[in-house]
Amino acid sequence: MTEPLLRVRDLKTYFVTDRGSGTAQAVDGVSFDLYPGETLGIVGESGCGKTVTSLSILRLIPEPPGHILPGSLVEFEGRNLLTLAAPELRAIRGNQIAMIFQEPMTSLNPVFTIGDQIAEAAIIHQRLSRKAARARAIEMLRLVGLPDPAERVDHYPHQLSGGMRQRVMIAMALVCHPKVLIADEPTTALDVTIQAQILELLDRLQAELGMAVLLITHDLGVVAGQADRVVVMYAGQVVETATTTELFDRPLHPYTEGLIAAVPRIDAPKSRLQAIPGQVPAATAWPSGCRFHPRCPHAWAKCTIEEPPLLGEGGHTARCWLVQEPARRRREP
Amino acid sequence: MTAPLVDIRDLVKHYPGERGLLGLGRPRAPVRAVDGVSLTIAPGKTLGLVGESGSGKSTVGQTVLRLQEPTAGRVLFEGADVFALGTGEMRALRRRMQIVFQDPYSSLNPRMTVGRTLREPLEIHRLAPPAQMDTRVTALLDEVGLDPAFAGRYPHELSGGQRQRVGIARALSVEPRFIVCDEPVSALDVSVQAQVLNLLADLQQKRRLTYLFIAHDLAVVRHIADEVAVMYLGRIVERAPAAAIYSAPRHPYTRALLSAVPEPNPRAARDRIVLSGDIPSPAHPPSGCPFHPRCPHPRKNDRCRTEVPALRAVSGSPGHFAACHFAEEPM
Amino acid sequence: MTLQAWFALLAALALAAWAVGALRRRTARHEAGRRFFRHPTAAWGIGILAFFAIVAVAAPLVTSFDPRQQLDIVRLKNQPPSWSYILGTDLYSRDLWTRVAYGARISLMVGALGMLVAVTLGTLVGAVAGYYRRWVDAVLMRGVDVGLALPRIFVLLIAIALFGRLPLALLVLVIGFTSWFGTSRLVRAEVLSVRERDFVAAARAVGAGAARVIFRHVLPNAAAPIIVSAALGIGNVLLLEAALSFLGIGVPPPAPSWGNMIADGAPYLATAPWTTLFPGLAIALVVMALNAVGDALRDALDPRQEAM
Repeated sequence: MTEPLLRVRDLKTYFVTDRGSGTAQAVDGVSFDLYPGETLGIVGESGCGKTVTSLSILRLIPEPPGHILPGSLVEFEGRNLLTLAAPELRAIRGNQIAMIFQEPMTSLNPVFTIGDQIAEAAIIHQRLSRKAARARAIEMLRLVGLPDPAERVDHYPHQLSGGMRQRVMIAMALVCHPKVLIADEPTTALDVTIQAQILELLDRLQAELGMAVLLITHDLGVVAGQADRVVVMYAGQVVETATTTELFDRPLHPYTEGLIAAVPRIDAPKSRLQAIPGQVPAATAWPSGCRFHPRCPHAWAKCTIEEPPLLGEGGHTARCWLVQEPARRRREP
Repeated sequence: MTAPLVDIRDLVKHYPGERGLLGLGRPRAPVRAVDGVSLTIAPGKTLGLVGESGSGKSTVGQTVLRLQEPTAGRVLFEGADVFALGTGEMRALRRRMQIVFQDPYSSLNPRMTVGRTLREPLEIHRLAPPAQMDTRVTALLDEVGLDPAFAGRYPHELSGGQRQRVGIARALSVEPRFIVCDEPVSALDVSVQAQVLNLLADLQQKRRLTYLFIAHDLAVVRHIADEVAVMYLGRIVERAPAAAIYSAPRHPYTRALLSAVPEPNPRAARDRIVLSGDIPSPAHPPSGCPFHPRCPHPRKNDRCRTEVPALRAVSGSPGHFAACHFAEEPM
Repeated sequence: MTLQAWFALLAALALAAWAVGALRRRTARHEAGRRFFRHPTAAWGIGILAFFAIVAVAAPLVTSFDPRQQLDIVRLKNQPPSWSYILGTDLYSRDLWTRVAYGARISLMVGALGMLVAVTLGTLVGAVAGYYRRWVDAVLMRGVDVGLALPRIFVLLIAIALFGRLPLALLVLVIGFTSWFGTSRLVRAEVLSVRERDFVAAARAVGAGAARVIFRHVLPNAAAPIIVSAALGIGNVLLLEAALSFLGIGVPPPAPSWGNMIADGAPYLATAPWTTLFPGLAIALVVMALNAVGDALRDALDPRQEAM
């Protein structure tokens, strides 16, 4: 049994809001493992805490107003990233663990050429000379499929389209051949046909470079196509963990079921969609007991008082009392 | 055959290109956002207009409502030429056609309460005496599934889905016959998306509305459209009844678009048609067929590069049109 | 100064301090209010402005003399500050504190009204230019460019040459008419961006005419630069009035304005500096307070800081 590359245990990141509404418990006890070479998908809607989770791993949370609670553990190759000294953490960022973001327009610095930005990581971490770093940048641009890399290396971000900028971001992230790539909604801002290109690129790169990918998205379709295992988040917690096929075949948590049923499909005829009633609660006031109970069709008294732990065996667990008491599941009316 | 409610004929919208030299140089190439679009929408039906960025679909929606002036073409609404109307007639026409916007965060005036936003159309068209305004507002909120207490709230106190419902209520307040839905669910979470789509479908049934539903997501359009038109670089490349588009598309772009939509099914065969290259800019469309540089059709030839294919009827499929030289031999 | 006046003065100080506290409490519920008071100088600015406003309104109460009263032209001319005349006397043996207090009325009024005229004009022109764009915008903005290029003092001198000594009302109008150009640019920029937002298109879609769209939808959302402009504008007008009075073409004597008080005291700078110093200090304090408030307002109203 291989050791996980990245172990997250009981991660809690809270934010102090100055609106007088108290503390936002954005991430409230999240645990998962990432194994070498696999793609782990983190799925959830807005407000579930998935982006804050990914930023917490690399300690990119602004310290006020946010803070990561002591007792949280983010272990990479045996070392706790949350207690690492700053220089050692910097040696890992961009080098062993890299990150790409959703908006390529704002994630690239508009006053530097893309070549400079890609080379920067190589210069910092691998101490390459400027010439060598530039050659490396051209190589990376070729790797991510950008046409005319030798010419493009001197272009500025505004001269590129959205899809190309995302490729540049990927090149920047991969220039030091990291072991883990955190991709935070990498295709959400792109058109569908460009999204297909980028997803195919990520597949190919993962096969070639053998890195593990933490893919954060709200799109169940993307997760179904890319991830080996999936973690579903709701209200700052993990509510279900499973392999991708298991999750779609046999979802245990009612939220996962609801989410899968609510996604419009190409192959279904014109029909009513199954919506999840209500809306995501605010992070400053999570409901008591099971946080999903106000919107759950199966909820009963226990759900409103006692918060369920992750239940289930093997690789498939869910934070739901139904796992222990399947008889309580209501039939469709 | 009933007369169409909306009849768009050869609609063209070009934006002048930017001028260099502080506004005094020669104008650069115009942005051809909409380059000759013809569509009809039958009363009570939904036409889905699908495309990616640069396709011009949002521009079509706004121009049909005359929120932007067209460069050429005509739009007939209930037989009347929309672009030939004077200010007073246009204001009266605005009651019959409305729009719901994509971004719930910018489609409501942040300085007006929900109640005032909903009262405004009623005031402009004098649809209710002042004493009855509040009742009408409550009725509208109720119709879109919101509590009457929302009337006193400001947009920043509402969630995205709730704001979108207010936008729909505003469109409904003047009792229109036709609503342009400009990507109404693209900015919403999946679970909320389903709620709003169901609401739109219910309202269509109840009030006998006609929709022009603009979207980039083919899966969403599936659930609400009777007919679908696919746009690319300002032109319609395929148009057909919904069932035909999804089961037997004839244009290579439609096929690529369909295969690119990620499906929430891990076992689905992943033979995605991945297009190479980027979407060209509408200021510099390619010669001939606008799609030819990225087209994966095996029969692609010189004719594609030089001759713009016309939107022709496709044999064996009634009401089905495609703009491809090889529409009869799909990939 | 009489005891009654002293009490009134202390009461004015207390009232100003209370006003700051009350404002702070009232706005604590709003995000913008809290951001405003986060500036350390904002509270002081409000306090100083409140104090001068109270003094201006209650001038008869906080002073013991008449501003035009010449007390004793022989022995009380240009006297330094003392217990009886707390800021001293000027060259005509008038009590300086009384003149500063009554001068506040005129200077602040000229400042506020002049700013009002300027901001109204600037907003209208900027809104029309930004909303209609194309040739309307081009014509209006070239006009603004010309206006910005003209040196104000010369325009005012020409006005004096044409009309002789200006009555106060006309002075305010002329100042207003020459100060609106900068505001119009700011408003135009804001209007250009607000008009692209969906809710403006939605209002047009619902049938709103241009006037309703501009006044109900665009301007309320473009208010931030207008408000900041107004706060800073009063300061500019105050300084302009002082300059004009110094040149002798401002507020006509014997009515006190801080500007003409400085002019009166200028020849005696070496021997009786307080006659120039105190009105000068008053102007400086008010302008600094306005700048502090303007800065704090700019940050408080900045929409980019809304919502985390």
